[in-house]
Amino acid sequence: MARTATRLTRFNMTSLALGLAFLYLPIVILVIYSFNASRLVTVWGGWSLRWYHEFFNDRAMLEAAWMSLSVAAVSATLATLLGTLAAVGLARGERFRGRALFSGMLYSPLVMPEVISGLSLLLLFVALNAERGFWTVTIAHTTLTMCFVTVVVQSRLATLDRGLEEAAMDLGCDPVRAFLMVTLPLIVPAIVAGWMLAFTLSLDDVVIASFTTGPGSATLPIRIYSEVRLGVKPEINAICTLVIALIAVIIVVASFASKLSSARGESAAPL
Amino acid sequence: MSARRIFARPARLAAIAPYLWMVLFFLVPFGFVLKISLSQTAIAQPPYTPVFDFTEGRAALTAAFAQLSFDNFRLLISDNLYILSYLRSLVVAVTSTLILLLIGYPIAYGMARLPQRWQGVAMMLVIVPFWTSFLIRIYAWINILQHDGLLNQILLALHIVSTPVVWLSTDSAMYLGIVYSYLPFMILPLYATLSKMDASLLEAAGDLGASPRQAFWLVTFPLSLPGVGAGALLCFIPIIGEFVIPDLLAGSNSLMIGQTLWLEFFTNKDWPVASAAAVALLLLLVPPLVLYDRLQRRQLESNR
Repeated sequence: MARTATRLTRFNMTSLALGLAFLYLPIVILVIYSFNASRLVTVWGGWSLRWYHEFFNDRAMLEAAWMSLSVAAVSATLATLLGTLAAVGLARGERFRGRALFSGMLYSPLVMPEVISGLSLLLLFVALNAERGFWTVTIAHTTLTMCFVTVVVQSRLATLDRGLEEAAMDLGCDPVRAFLMVTLPLIVPAIVAGWMLAFTLSLDDVVIASFTTGPGSATLPIRIYSEVRLGVKPEINAICTLVIALIAVIIVVASFASKLSSARGESAAPL
Repeated sequence: MSARRIFARPARLAAIAPYLWMVLFFLVPFGFVLKISLSQTAIAQPPYTPVFDFTEGRAALTAAFAQLSFDNFRLLISDNLYILSYLRSLVVAVTSTLILLLIGYPIAYGMARLPQRWQGVAMMLVIVPFWTSFLIRIYAWINILQHDGLLNQILLALHIVSTPVVWLSTDSAMYLGIVYSYLPFMILPLYATLSKMDASLLEAAGDLGASPRQAFWLVTFPLSLPGVGAGALLCFIPIIGEFVIPDLLAGSNSLMIGQTLWLEFFTNKDWPVASAAAVALLLLLVPPLVLYDRLQRRQLESNR
């Protein structure tokens, strides 16, 4: 495409720079303040790891962090399994009875306000008399995040050349083997990206977890949220920085995975 | 062609597990919300009259339908609190979407004009905050906006103000938080349409004597309208049900409908009214969702 007519103007550059500064400055400030030695958030008391130390001695926070990480790991894994199966069903199953309902159900949670999803799942758990805690939150997060996995994997499947599968079958593979040996390796980057997305979404959720968790099993976001409502504490800056660092690692891995797939000569996975 | 058909059967079988999962954990819970929104408030634990017993079968079902009551919806209409939060959700969503368009468009436009190899980098930079925890990003703003936060310190140091300004717990803080959180949702669809645009159209406009400004308003902007619509709806829809941002950043004098639902549920423990608020919130979402769906479909067709 000819791009000669579309030179970057000063206006373009300024709006881009301001936009990116707007997106990143608050996070950078938060990270810097997490190393502030002073108890007062406003006074710079020099660099210190004091608040990280405080966090690693705070039992309740550590328990919440552990709860969050395990919920995120289990629900992301379940969501990836179910979401990939759903994507295969939608992309390769062609027409089947109830397909419209199925894809409708898979797309609704993407736009549904979390307060509604949380409330409705809680009502189900109450009706089933299920004890609320780790598993109810995990189920809730799986339900929400598998939809994101489905979207990511399905769009990857849609761009894949079906001729590859057909060739494998001409060479004597049955459909299941053709899928496992040809298609699956090709969509692995999308599946990895889907898992990462599910993990970070679960790690981030306050609203649905608040509805579906029981007493004594708060996740990290729930704890952060209740602390934040009472005012800023420097320890929270440290926790948030640790979470950001963890997510940064995940993003690097995910982008590496999608780069791997584009290196193989395919379009990169979405997101 | 034949291979496709052979593939379809195992693929359909693969869908069974996720299908059942979604029916059990998405569709059925939804039925409960509807049912409870239509049931009477009871002072009990759990605080609503029992949902019908599955073991009693059909008879219980019809009996349950006989006691359906629209009292909760009547309450929603008669009590000002609900109407006001309903309206506030609409006003906040419309206003934030407009601000997002104003801020997001120039950024997306700048991105689309970057040299090709920088466009990927810019897109990554916009997506990263979307991955970064949403709660943490709101919290980052509290650090800046609080009474003795960075913003007031800078303003005081520069002698722009003489006493600290109250930023937190105001509508401006809430709008700032919403715009900050949803900006990637606005930029990405706008960038998608702007970067696909044929540059020769602008050249042609220039050749025909249009100034750059005229070319923008007569060519670029009209052609980017599908992206504008997609971005606007992509932001508008989730903002309507927003709970965390207004709760942390806005004052407590007027609530959005998501907050009202939360309050009814956790503070007043009135489950039926909370469920009715949930249904009302869903109804509010139907028109923009239908619109979004139609827009997406038209775009798909034009791409073919």
